[in-house]
Amino acid sequence: MTAYLKPGDWLTLFGGALLTIWLAATLWQGGIADKAIIRSGGNIFREVSLSRNQVVEVPGPLGVSRITVRNHKVRVASDPGPRQYCVHQGWLKQAGEIAICLPNQVSVELGRGNKTYDSLNY
Amino acid sequence: MTASTTDQDSGRPPSESGMLHSGSSLLLNASNEDHHIARMAALALGLSVLEAAIPSPLPGVKPGLANIVTLIVLARYGWRTAAWVSLLRVVGGSLLLGNFLAPGFFLSLGGALCSLLVLAAGQHLPSRWFGPVSNSILAAFAHISGQLLVVYLWLIPHTGIAYLVPIFAIAALLFGTVNGMVAAHFLAEPETELVPAS
Repeated sequence: MTAYLKPGDWLTLFGGALLTIWLAATLWQGGIADKAIIRSGGNIFREVSLSRNQVVEVPGPLGVSRITVRNHKVRVASDPGPRQYCVHQGWLKQAGEIAICLPNQVSVELGRGNKTYDSLNY
Repeated sequence: MTASTTDQDSGRPPSESGMLHSGSSLLLNASNEDHHIARMAALALGLSVLEAAIPSPLPGVKPGLANIVTLIVLARYGWRTAAWVSLLRVVGGSLLLGNFLAPGFFLSLGGALCSLLVLAAGQHLPSRWFGPVSNSILAAFAHISGQLLVVYLWLIPHTGIAYLVPIFAIAALLFGTVNGMVAAHFLAEPETELVPAS
């Protein structure tokens, strides 16, 4: 089998593999997020930039959810909800990722400056 | 192909190449090279039709078996002949499969033209180091580039198709390598003729 591959062919194969991996890595990540959209009760509570580390306190029906922004990542640090799903979700990094604290009606979503339409589902 | 008014029949059935009107005397005299190209294009066409029966998860992702013929022709007879065979295969295949001038035809054509452009450069790679597999992989990537360009410029002008690019790239790498190795296999045996010389 490999007798048909000359040294240059291996080089081409390797280059092609690198190109494929690079394409997948760049095109399949959600894109670099630059802001977090925090919602409370279905309305946008605040849009915060990811470039500044901060803690946002969001009031909800059960109490205050605390959302932390640090190093271009965001997470729900504490939430009064009973099951803590959104807290356990940990850090969100890529555009489109979202953590939802349903009992307290708070969500945080990462987005890019110009949100593109999902034309396949929309 | 030369048009002449002789009554000389080259001994081939008229369907194979060129037009023959008996009686009135327009006779397109097909040269040996024409016949040769037609035979190889017919072989590629057969593979295209065969391949159309293979189900594909995504339109456009298919093995491209006919390109094995193109690669062998390129190595044996040069780029010009390979271009003839490749383009005849695209047009003939679309006629056989019924999508002539339909979007699928332009996708094939875009892919084939880009492949041929890249092969025009690729054939000059030093043959000591590079074999048909390199040409095959390069042509496969050129093929998906051409196809995606047609898709983006004409059919789906939306950046969302970028999500499909890696899938096409994986297919190009895989099928390009396999096709190249098949072509290398046939080229390694000097006795192999694509079609028996008549």
